[in-house]
Parts: sequence; structure tokens; C-alpha cells
Amino acid sequence: MITVEGLTRKYGTFTAVDDVSFVCQPGRVTGFLGPNGAGKTTTMRIMVGLTAPTAGRVTIGGHLYQDIPNPGRHVGVLLDASAQHAGRTGREILELGARTMGLDGSRVDEMLELVSLTPGEAKRRLRNYSLGMKQRLGIAHALLGDPSVLILDEPANGLDPAGIRWMRGLLKGYAERGGTVLLSSHLLNEVELIADEMILIGHGKIVAQGDKKSLLAGAKGSGTTFVTALDNQVLAEALQAKGFVVAGAGDGLRVETEPVEVGRTAAEKAIVLTDLRAADGGLEDLFLELTSDTQREGMA
Amino acid sequence: MSTTAPGLGHALDISSTSPTPFSRLVRVELRKTWDTRAGLWLLISTAVVTALVMVIQLAVVVANDLQVSYNDFLTSTNFSIGLLLPVIGILLLTSEWSQRTAMVTFSLEPRRPHVIAAKFVVGIGLAVVAVIIALVLATICNALYGALSGDTVVWDQSAEQTAYFVLLQVIGMLTGFAFAALLLNSPAAIVLYMVYSFVLPGLFGLGAALIGWFEKIQPWIDFNDAQTGLFDGNGMSGDDWAHFAVSGFIWLVVPLGIGIARVLRAEVK
Ligand SMILES: Nc1ncnc2c1ncn2[C@@H]1O[C@H](COP(=O)(O)OP(=O)(O)OP(=O)(O)O)[C@@H](O)[C@H]1O
Ligand SMILES: [Mg+2]
Repeated sequence: MITVEGLTRKYGTFTAVDDVSFVCQPGRVTGFLGPNGAGKTTTMRIMVGLTAPTAGRVTIGGHLYQDIPNPGRHVGVLLDASAQHAGRTGREILELGARTMGLDGSRVDEMLELVSLTPGEAKRRLRNYSLGMKQRLGIAHALLGDPSVLILDEPANGLDPAGIRWMRGLLKGYAERGGTVLLSSHLLNEVELIADEMILIGHGKIVAQGDKKSLLAGAKGSGTTFVTALDNQVLAEALQAKGFVVAGAGDGLRVETEPVEVGRTAAEKAIVLTDLRAADGGLEDLFLELTSDTQREGMA
Repeated sequence: MSTTAPGLGHALDISSTSPTPFSRLVRVELRKTWDTRAGLWLLISTAVVTALVMVIQLAVVVANDLQVSYNDFLTSTNFSIGLLLPVIGILLLTSEWSQRTAMVTFSLEPRRPHVIAAKFVVGIGLAVVAVIIALVLATICNALYGALSGDTVVWDQSAEQTAYFVLLQVIGMLTGFAFAALLLNSPAAIVLYMVYSFVLPGLFGLGAALIGWFEKIQPWIDFNDAQTGLFDGNGMSGDDWAHFAVSGFIWLVVPLGIGIARVLRAEVK
């Protein structure tokens, strides 16, 4: 379990992490989501003692990271997959980690196999690795010591679609066996599929947290419908006559009401529908809305 | 293939692991000095250059019918390990920063003083190995000199001088290490070391020659000058040791202290 309590980190007058508190439970994947520069990496660096907090603290299973003996055996860390010596082979990088942790040499081969790096690729030097290969190696490094807690900064970065699906399965299975997983991302879709819990951060502050359902319940934008009919024109007029707000959207219409109202109107007027669904951008909208004052681009 | 996350409650049971032993850290740090092509070649070339300089010296001496002794061959290492050991000492530390591996190193061993101490031990160990190689090479060259020139071979190296020689090389290595800790940047630390060992002695000499009062303090602040007795065969007097201690404090202990304090507090990214 990771417990973050009142964590603050200032750089001069700039506050990168601002009074952040949250908990990552064992058995669950916690997604740490926020736009660029929100403070995700800084928070994770503080967790493992690479950056000193200005205030607050983080405990992992009740201990400060610095107080965990041989921490690689308990906490798997991936902060930056390219922060490795460019002249070392992939295998040697894992070998150094395994030796530091006092692990069996066979563990290196197991991990290489787990992340699907071939023996030939493992012999290449890191400077010749592709982004995704570095990421796989980083994940292998984090898993080396068979830890019960994983802290991963943008682990899906650079992975191909098959790689992302593989990682999703890996982390889910890991949490199901009782592990604690914290992973960060600035891509909502990525986290939405993996995470059981979500923590949204913007401008160094937590703006929302909870599981997906409870976050969505609080989201605006429910009660919007996308509909396409054989004759959109007639449907739009019928809906407007009932007082609903209608706007064109792609091939169809966007209506500010529940799908059931749109269906009823269509049935009454005998209009053939080809598509009818609730607008499901809820979480995405929520994310953009909650972090809007921290976005670099104005919201469209 | 096991990635079993052990079933656990909310607390982390840390009784199953013991702190990383120091000997293991030393072995890992030693491995890091040769497990890249650049690192391996630096070590190999240090040995090769040491041999090369002595062989050139031997050829020149024999060709010109000069008189030399064992100690003269050792002095030639000023141009080999004398230059390269400090560079090895510098890279021991700075490569963790330039290659950003410090992030992994310090997350696997958050007790940073242990990591630095392990590197320190590796540095001293490499210096001692370099000295042994130099002694062996000098022995071979001196014997060859006797065979090739027909002159009497002079073995003028006492146990005391051997100890001085070891001290000299270890200090060279550690001065590099200290500058590296201070700057945490390979090129900057190497330049600082070169300025310190080639430019500074000239400036100190000039200052002492031109400014009367400077001549009095120069021996106390010129660490290069204070080490002369370690290799010129004249030995170290009590005064020499005093100069050595004071100037060594300025050029070795102070930068090392400031540098280590900095590494212990630095944000690693
Ligand atoms: N040493 C530092 N000095 C000054 N500012 C810093 C320093 N380190 C981080 N910051 C600032 O802190 C903020 C948070 O950075 P951080 O790397 O934690 O963002 P992030 O959420 O990981 O973003 P991304 O999604 O782009 O990785 C940024 O504005 C960054 O510029
Ligand atoms: Mg980041």
C-alpha cells in the first residue's frame, strides 16, 4: 500500500506538487492521470527518495522508502526507461540490477522472456534500442526483484498496441495476486482500460479521485445523445418542436436529452433511426474540464 | 517465469530482506567500470600506455647509451597512470550523472553514502592494481635495459619508495574523484584536473618568484609541489609531510567533502 500524505514540493516560488494526498490499495491498479507538467513524475520521484519533499511524506507499506532494506525486492520502480547507460547491453543492465539485489542470474533470463526481448536483442547496446524496447527493458528491471509494489511512470510510452495490451494483462494479473500498482499517464484512454482507481492531478493539485464509476457519476455531459436517422432534417425539426436543443454532429445530430426521449420522438413520427446512443465522452470531458485551467491549449 | 506478487496485507513485511551488504555494492561498482566498451577500453589503454611509455623510454635510453635505474622507469608513469588514473576516478562518479544511471543506482540503494564509499573503494583498488602493473613492467624494462645495454642494472627502489609510489597514485585517483564529486560533470572535472596539475604549478611557481610573501605560503597550498618528495628519490622530511597534509586538505579533503555533501542532497533526475 502506498500512502501519500500532504506532499508538497516547491522549486523556488513554483509549487510543482501542492499538498497531494492519496492512497494506493493492494490488489488494485491505481492510475495517476494529469496533463504535461502536472507533477506526476515529481510525486513519483519523491516516493522513491530521489527528490526530497518540501513538506509531507510518502510511506510504502508503512515504511519510508529509505528505510526499506534492499528496496528493489519490495518496490519495483520505472521512472525513465532511457535513464540507463547507452553503452550497456540490455542484458547487462538487468544483470547489474540482479547483482545489486542479490538475485539469481536466472532471474535475468526470466524477465527478458517475460517482456519478450529476444536473446539477440538483449545483446544489443541500449543506444541501439527502440523506444518500445527500452520501455520493455525498464518494465523487466522493475519486476526483477519480484516486488509487491510497482511504481511506473508512463509505462505504456512507446509500446505498440500489442505491447500495451500485454502490459494491461500483466498489471491486472499482478494486482489480482495482491500487488499494488501505481502507474501514471497523460492519456486517459490508456488508464481507463487498466486502472481500477484514478487520481487526477492538475497544476500539482489533486482535482479528483475515485473509481471510474464514481468519477463519471459526478461528470457533466450525461444526458446528451448522438442520433442518426435516414432523414436527419425531419428528426431535428420534430425534436426542436419538443423544445430540445439540437445540433449537427458528423453524419447525425447531437441532442441535449436522454436517448429514450429521442427514440420516443422518432417512434411517434415514424422516423427510421440508424444509430442511437448516449454521448459517452463523459470521462474525457471530465478530465479536460477538471484540468482545464492547467491545459496548455484552450479547450475546443 | 514468476511475477507472483505475494499476497499481503497493507503493511510491507521487510523482515525477509537484509540490507544490501557493502561487499556486494563494491562488486557491482567494479563491474560498472568495465561492462561498457568505453570503460573496458579505458582500463586496457591505461595498461597499454603504461607499457608503451616505458618501452619508448627503454629504446631511447639504449639507443643513446644513457644510464638509468629502476626508479627512472617508474617515474615514466607520470605520463601514463599518473594522467589516466585520475580520469578513471572522475568517470567512476560522473558517468552516473552523464548517463543518468544515478536514478537506478540510488533507487536500488537509497543509502547514498554506501554507494559513494563503494566507488571510493573501487577507485583505490584500481589504483593499487595499476601500481602493481607498473612495478612489474618497470622490473621487466630494467632487466631488459641491463641485457641490451650491458650496463650494471640498478635496483634502487626501497620498500619506503614503493609505499610512496602507491600513495602518489592513490592520491591522483582520489583528487580526480574529489573534483568529480564537486562538479558531477565529466568534461568539467577532467579540465579542472588538467588545469590543477599542469597550469597551476606554473602559476604558483611564477607567483612565488615574483611576490615575496607568496613564496612563504606557496608550499602550504601547492599540493602538486608537496608530492614531489614522493617520487624524486629525496624522500619526505617532517616539513614536507606538514606541507603535504595542509595542501592535501585544501585540494583533496575540502572538494571531496563539499562534493559528497552535494551528492547526498542532490535531486536525482
Ligand atoms: N528541478 C526543477 N526545477 C524547476 N522546476 C521543476 C523541476 N523539476 C520539475 N519541475 C517542474 O515541475 C512541474 C512538474 O513536473 P513533472 O515532471 O512532475 O510533470 P509530469 O506530470 O510528470 O508531466 P509529463 O506528463 O509531461 O511527464 C513542471 O512544471 C516542471 O517544469
Ligand atoms: Mg512525467
